[in-house]
Amino acid sequence: MLGNLWLIPILCLAGAVACLALGLLRARKPIISVVGVGSVGLATVAAFAALAEYLGQSSEVIRNSYFTWIAAGEFLVDASLQLDRLSAVMIAFVTFVGFLIHVYSIGYMHSETDRGYARYFAYLNLFMFSMLVLVLGSNLPVLFVGWEGVGLCSYLLIGYYYEQEYCATAGKKAFIVNRIGDFGFLLAIFAAFAAFGTTEFLDLRDAIAADPGGVRTAATLIGLLLFVGAIGKSAQLPLYVWLPDAMAGPTPVSALIHAATMVTAGVYMVARTNFFYQASPTAMLTVAVIGGLTAVFAATIGLVQNDIKKVLAYSTVSQLGYMFLGAGVGAFIAAIFHVVTHAFFKACLFLGSGSVIHACGGEQDMRKMGGLKRHMPVTYWTFVAATLAIAGIPVFAGFVSKDEILAKVFAAGAADLNHFGRIYSLLWVLALAGAFMTAFYMFRAVYMTFHGDFRGGHEVEHHLHESPPSMTLPLIVLGALSVVGGILIGFPGQLFHQPDLNRIEAFLHPVMAPIAAVGGVPGHGAGPHAVSLSTEWTLVIGSVLVAVAGWMVARRFYVGAEPFAPARRLAERFPFVHTLLLDKYRVDELYDAVVVRPIHGLARFLWKVVDVVIIDTLFVNGSAFVVELTGDFLRFLQTGNVRNYALSVALGILILAVVLW
Amino acid sequence: MVPIVFVIAAVVAVVFAIITVAHSSPVINVLSLVVVFFAMAAIFALLGMDFLAAVQIIVYSGAILVLFLFVIMLLNIRSVERLGSGRRVQALLGTVVAVGVGAVPLIAISLLTPATGAVYPGALETGTVVPIGRALLTTHLFAFEFITLLLVAAIVGAVYLARREPR
Amino acid sequence: MNAILIPHTWVLALSAALFTIGTLGVLLRRNGIAIFLSLELMLNSANLAFVAFAMTFAAQPGAAVSALEGQLFVFFVIAVAAAEAAVGLALYIALHRVKGAIDVDRVNILRW
Repeated sequence: MLGNLWLIPILCLAGAVACLALGLLRARKPIISVVGVGSVGLATVAAFAALAEYLGQSSEVIRNSYFTWIAAGEFLVDASLQLDRLSAVMIAFVTFVGFLIHVYSIGYMHSETDRGYARYFAYLNLFMFSMLVLVLGSNLPVLFVGWEGVGLCSYLLIGYYYEQEYCATAGKKAFIVNRIGDFGFLLAIFAAFAAFGTTEFLDLRDAIAADPGGVRTAATLIGLLLFVGAIGKSAQLPLYVWLPDAMAGPTPVSALIHAATMVTAGVYMVARTNFFYQASPTAMLTVAVIGGLTAVFAATIGLVQNDIKKVLAYSTVSQLGYMFLGAGVGAFIAAIFHVVTHAFFKACLFLGSGSVIHACGGEQDMRKMGGLKRHMPVTYWTFVAATLAIAGIPVFAGFVSKDEILAKVFAAGAADLNHFGRIYSLLWVLALAGAFMTAFYMFRAVYMTFHGDFRGGHEVEHHLHESPPSMTLPLIVLGALSVVGGILIGFPGQLFHQPDLNRIEAFLHPVMAPIAAVGGVPGHGAGPHAVSLSTEWTLVIGSVLVAVAGWMVARRFYVGAEPFAPARRLAERFPFVHTLLLDKYRVDELYDAVVVRPIHGLARFLWKVVDVVIIDTLFVNGSAFVVELTGDFLRFLQTGNVRNYALSVALGILILAVVLW
Repeated sequence: MVPIVFVIAAVVAVVFAIITVAHSSPVINVLSLVVVFFAMAAIFALLGMDFLAAVQIIVYSGAILVLFLFVIMLLNIRSVERLGSGRRVQALLGTVVAVGVGAVPLIAISLLTPATGAVYPGALETGTVVPIGRALLTTHLFAFEFITLLLVAAIVGAVYLARREPR
Repeated sequence: MNAILIPHTWVLALSAALFTIGTLGVLLRRNGIAIFLSLELMLNSANLAFVAFAMTFAAQPGAAVSALEGQLFVFFVIAVAAAEAAVGLALYIALHRVKGAIDVDRVNILRW
């Protein structure tokens, strides 16, 4: 298997092509399901086989180079895949979670037409292929191929219901905003080649390690440009606006692409190129600041949203902010850990919401739900498990990873990392506030959806039912992972003087090994901590208290005799704030006014003035007019008189004679 | 003595050339051109080119210009106008151009050094029939035959152009 | 060989004069026949030029170009002039049939 890494993505690509063909051949849904889900299943098996084989052997990195892709002068790029510890972790959860979501889709999409069903699975398989290429790529250009591929599939799948205009528009918005980030990424590839002559990750790492101080400016530039790409792909400030709109796509798509995998590609990329950030304190600080600000910003919006998918969307943006915050203080392993746990619980939340929406006949507004826990127990309990995880309640998955990030941020502040200690401390405070808000809005969603009395219509109430097993089974698996996944993978053994218990920390440590960088990086492995053990325990207890506080406030607001009353009173007391949050800070409107309208105006100008007047009238018609005018004058030379012509001949001879002499 | 003969012939040629060009009656034009050709034949003979002189008279004056006379009589061509009448611009410009066209060679000639020349009688051994005939039928045979073709083409063309439309 | 008595420049000067007169005739006359005659005059002046240069070679019996070529060329020119005259006059006959006159200024249908 290790010699044939290409199988893993190609199985998914084959599935995509097969589903397309089946769609054209008008096959029935059962066959499409088998092919579409089976290909991903096989890919999962292949991925785990590769993982097992990798663990059983001793080399750090397995690199398969297939052919020379680009050979342009000195710019050489191989089409090559590599398997190391980081990508092993990634392919494991990407294929597994992806497989679960494929299974879930069988139930969720069963009411589509056969051709639509085939199209869905084709796109979804294509996405898996791109994501796997992204994660397995051994150099920046191959990663970029996957990067672009997932962006394309995101567009295709968001606009799956393309007959509705808002879906098509949302797809376009996602693609265009992504493109802005991709531009930064491309510039980063060029800069990397210009500075180091190579784009292979291993070679770049060696180049940086050889002289960390000397390459600081190059590393800063490349790090920042790469992060621009991550801002677009992982929906950070200011390019997050596409993610909430992306909820127009089918819910499994939101779960897979906009929760578990694609949006985390940015975090993976930062972790993969961690050597740039370790060599550049400025770039790292930028990552942390933007991550932290995004985390809080998105959480505030999530507080008042009424559409269940929008709450989850802003929650995703916020959690991605946490991951980047972790990366920004050098805790790359913690960030990747949060990626994995986030995949579990966020996918579970989205699939659960899909189950709810399915039962309510397409309704997504939580104000029209309520009391669903009686009708959908499996969905309810898995949703609660995932909510406990995201809120950061021990011992659930989210607690372990988020707490790790918070601890590392605090440590960075205390140790005055790279002399930015004050900023890092401020970010820690913001992150803590964000944790409070996260707990609050997630439990708000739980209470509004599942508790109390049903607030929708009678018709819908009669049809409330639990989802079929194809949908509930993945929910159960993901719910279970949300409970135990954290402690299984990354139990915070360092709190108990047993750092070896933290499996993921130990596993990924060699990939993120600190380079003797300017300013140093706080210990993110089994090394000495910047803070004492008692401080760490205090931090843990503090963050748990904050999370529980958020939960209790939500409970106070939304459960009991008068649900919604306290919320309504608060909204009446601060109407300005409430409207601002509800309108998502009017960011979309701002972008429309500042970016979209000027571009429209420019396009209009280019059309009406440059194209119509200048090019068409002046040059095209104008030249024809000039020719015509010349002809109108010159025709008078054709007098028809032979003597005139003879005169011309004689004149010509005379001129020739003079000139030749 | 020879230069005097040449000068007389030259003067005659020029005078009658002017009459050819200027007179209104076509018949007078043709006849004065005959005189010009005779003068030129005289000059050829003076330079020892006997054959050429003979050909000039026989072919040029005797055949071509007679043809002209035939056509004039056939079509009953009268005099049309006087020299330079009508179309002032054409006339003015034409005069200027013509004079310019003539001036160029004159200026060129004035820059040449006068070279040697042969004189009658019998000074030019290549001027008689025998050498010319030999050259035409050996060295320049191709050109000779080609001229034949040209004449055939001319005859056919003339016949075709001048025929009456079949009714 | 007799002594030099006529420089070739005199002959060339005569040729130039005749050429000028001929050009004047072509450009200034309306009668078709007259134009044609002036054309013949121009051809003859060219013949004179050839002869003038031919006679400069007569004094050099072993030269690469002898006086023969010049005379041959005149011969050919005369032949071509004859052919041209025949065709041209045939054209005039056709023209006369159409127009009734040989006034060149009246042949101007092909104008703007």
